[in-house]
This record gives sequence, C-alpha cells and structure tokens, in this order.
Amino acid sequence: MKEVMAKEKAAIVIDQKDNIAVALTDLTKGDDCEVRSNDTITSVQVEESIPFGHKIALQRLEKNEIVYKYGEEIGKMKEAAEIGSWIHTHNMYCDRGLKNG
Amino acid sequence: MGDTFMGYRRKDGKVGVRNLIAVIPSVFCSGKVAERIAYQVPGTVYFRHPVGCSQVGEDLEITAKTLIQIGKNPNFAGVVVVGLGCERFSPYEMAEGITGSQKMLETVVIQEEGDSLEAIQRGTKIAREMQQLASRQQREECDVSELMIGLNCGGSDMTSGLFANPALGIASDKLVAQGGSSILSEITELLGTEHILARRAVNESVAQDIMGTIERMEQRLLRQTQESSNSSRNHLISTGNYAGGLSSVVEKSLGSMKKSGNAPFSGVIKYGEEPVTKGLHLLDSPGHDGEVTTGQVAAGAQIIVFPTGRGTPTGFPGVPVIKVTGNPKTYLRMKENIDINAGKILTGESTLEQTGEEIYQEILEVASGKTVKAEILGHDEQFCITRVP
Repeated sequence: MKEVMAKEKAAIVIDQKDNIAVALTDLTKGDDCEVRSNDTITSVQVEESIPFGHKIALQRLEKNEIVYKYGEEIGKMKEAAEIGSWIHTHNMYCDRGLKNG
Repeated sequence: MGDTFMGYRRKDGKVGVRNLIAVIPSVFCSGKVAERIAYQVPGTVYFRHPVGCSQVGEDLEITAKTLIQIGKNPNFAGVVVVGLGCERFSPYEMAEGITGSQKMLETVVIQEEGDSLEAIQRGTKIAREMQQLASRQQREECDVSELMIGLNCGGSDMTSGLFANPALGIASDKLVAQGGSSILSEITELLGTEHILARRAVNESVAQDIMGTIERMEQRLLRQTQESSNSSRNHLISTGNYAGGLSSVVEKSLGSMKKSGNAPFSGVIKYGEEPVTKGLHLLDSPGHDGEVTTGQVAAGAQIIVFPTGRGTPTGFPGVPVIKVTGNPKTYLRMKENIDINAGKILTGESTLEQTGEEIYQEILEVASGKTVKAEILGHDEQFCITRVP
C-alpha cells in the first residue's frame, strides 16, 4: 500500500453507467474525493459524512430517479439529492423485498 | 487461434488439468477403506462423505448422480469405487455410471473381499497400477474452450462485492467469449436479481428456467424461516448488510452475481448434472461453499475460482481452488492461503480490468499445472453433496 493512499479520500465507480461511486475511505463534509473509474480519475466535493463502503452521488439525483450500481438499477430515490450526497436507505428505496426484506 | 493451456486429453474428448486417481466410496461405510487406499498411493485423492445409504427419492438420486459425475470429472485419469456391499446406492451402479467416460475404472467391495484389510490391499494394488499408467500421459496444448470454471464466493466482506467478484466476472467473460464455460450457483445469494439474470438468458426458455429456479429457492427459504425458531432472521438481507452500505437486496445480490460478469446464460443445470452446451450456466444449488463447488465439479469444472473477503483456506480434492481476496489486509494476513490480491484495487495499485486479466492469466497457468495454495497445503474440505430436506 502506497504511503500517500492512507491520507487520500477516494471512491470507485464499478460500471461506467453508474451514477454513484462507492467510498474507499471514510468521507467527511468538505472532502475533495478522488473518483476512480477504470482509466480516468475525477473528483467530487463531499457534502456529508459517508462511511467506507457506502455510496456517494456523482450527480444530482431527482426524486424517483433510478440509482445505478454495477450498471444495474439497485433502487430509486425517495427524494432528490445533490452531488456529493450520501445515498442509502434514508433517501433510496427498492420495490423488491419491501414487504419481507 | 484463441488462448491455449497444457492439459490432459481424455478418451471421451474432455480435458483434465490434473492427472490423478480418484478413490471414491459409494457409501459412508467404506470411507475409511477408501482413505487408507488413497493414503498408500501418491497421486490419488479420496472423497469423504456421510451419504449413500438410508436415503430415498430425490435425495438419494442427487447423491447417486453427484458421485457418478465426480468420477467422470476429467481431472481424474482413473477411478477406484469402494463399496460395502449392502448399501442402497450400489457401487456397481456407480461404476456403471462412470463407464461412459472410458477411463480406468475398478470396483472394490468390502463384503466381497472378506474384510477391510483385504479390501485395502486389493484397492491399493489397483490404485498403484492406475497411477503408474496415468503417469505416462503427457500434457498437450488444448484450446481454452475446453475449460470450465466454477464460481463461488465464501467468507465474504464488503470488498467481495466491490472488487473480487467484479474482477472475477471480467475473467469469466473473457473465458466464455472464447468458447469456454463458467458456472454461477449460490441461488440463495441471487434473490432480487432474477430479472437481470433472466434478461441475460440466450432465449425465453432459459429465462423462464432462471426465474423458476430462483422462485423455488425463495419459497424454500420462506418456508424454512417461517417454520423455524429463526423466523426473525431475514432471508433476503441482514442488518449487517445495511450497515456495510448495501441499501437493497438487489444491490446485495448484484455483488454476488457479478462473479459471472455480463455474459449471456446458455442454460440452467440441476444439481448432479452437467451442461449439454458450453458457455455460462446457472447451477441450482444453495449457498453452502462445499455444496456449491461439489455441484460445479460434478458438472465438469476442472478449476474453481473462489473470492473471499475474510479469508478461508478450504480446497477441493483433485480440483485446484484459486483464492482471490478483495481485502488487502486479508491478503497480508493469509498469504499462505490466498492466491490473488484483488485488494490492490482498493489501494489504487490496480484497476478492476487489470485484476480481471490477472485472474484470467492465473486460470490458464493453473490449468497448465501451476499448483494453488489450497492444493499445496492439502486442503480438501469442500467435497460435500447437497441434501434435499
């Protein structure tokens, strides 16, 4: 592991179609987060605390907009969220498993 | 010409990546005799199991079909079937089932030999002779389309779904694109992705088969959770999953499903059966690591690729199990058990594509004879035939 990595704030995009990235470190509001895609690196300003392994919005997401991860729909937005926001069960829903999941 | 590897071509046209003699008890009662035979002859492996008698119906059929199919796996140049003599699944029926593979095949039955010592003695002589004959066969160049890999993840953590499984999916896609075969199982870990899997089916009939297979597993889990004292344990997603950042069952299952990349599904196979075409297949099996890989080896897989986040040392008799971890800490801690460090994606030293290529190249090398860590250390815990409740 490179020394510099521990200090860097980073997230990874699994599929080019995704509109979220997955945090590779714990993120806090105001962080300048490096967003790694296969051959490109961009950045996004973090809007709130996002734990390692959780999702960060790469664009503004509207209410009922589909959330893509792995290039597939994993759910829809309960409400709009700004770029850099934490995307999880508080603002995302999925019809599958709602009754018993 | 596509990629190639150096394998052992068998008389039935299949290709093995190992050249071993399998000593297989047809029933648990002959397990120790089989173990003693294998112990005396290097180049043999044996298959401990607790079944073969006092079973009925579908449960017995699955045991019978699986034991026969293990014997037919091309990694084995010869098979010694070891029976007791009064069991429900006859050792002769088992040997008859293996005959079609045209490999070296003998049956030793304890009650016919006299006692266990005499059975061990005869079995040892047979295994010795088979091993010597097998040792004369050379590896030859074979097309990668002859390879079938089994995909199974166990001891998962959040790095499995993010790094190790998608990287393995890239390797699997590469193999399937060249005419090779790959098997996804763990139906219990696919609930919620049935519509995505079905969309990847080669035709409507396969799509319906996928939907039906996942629906039946979900009904079975629902029955089990309703009737047991563990009914509060959700069968779809756990609170730990949510804490780790997964927001829906679809997201959770996608992490498991991505081991199979994006290739189309050529078909669904039942437990104890082998596919009739090449390409990516779905095998109907619950999520238990051993039950999954046993079903995959029975389907003809010569290699298993096994992502593990927390780290597990297990292996399969006579079949290399390539361990991949997406967790860089697990790799450092379990270096003697893990073959590939997909944790380099987390640390920024590698990309999903690069690690996918690394896994693919490892598959070719292992197919050509490179040993994996589970093999060297003698791990063989995964042989475990599924039961029908």
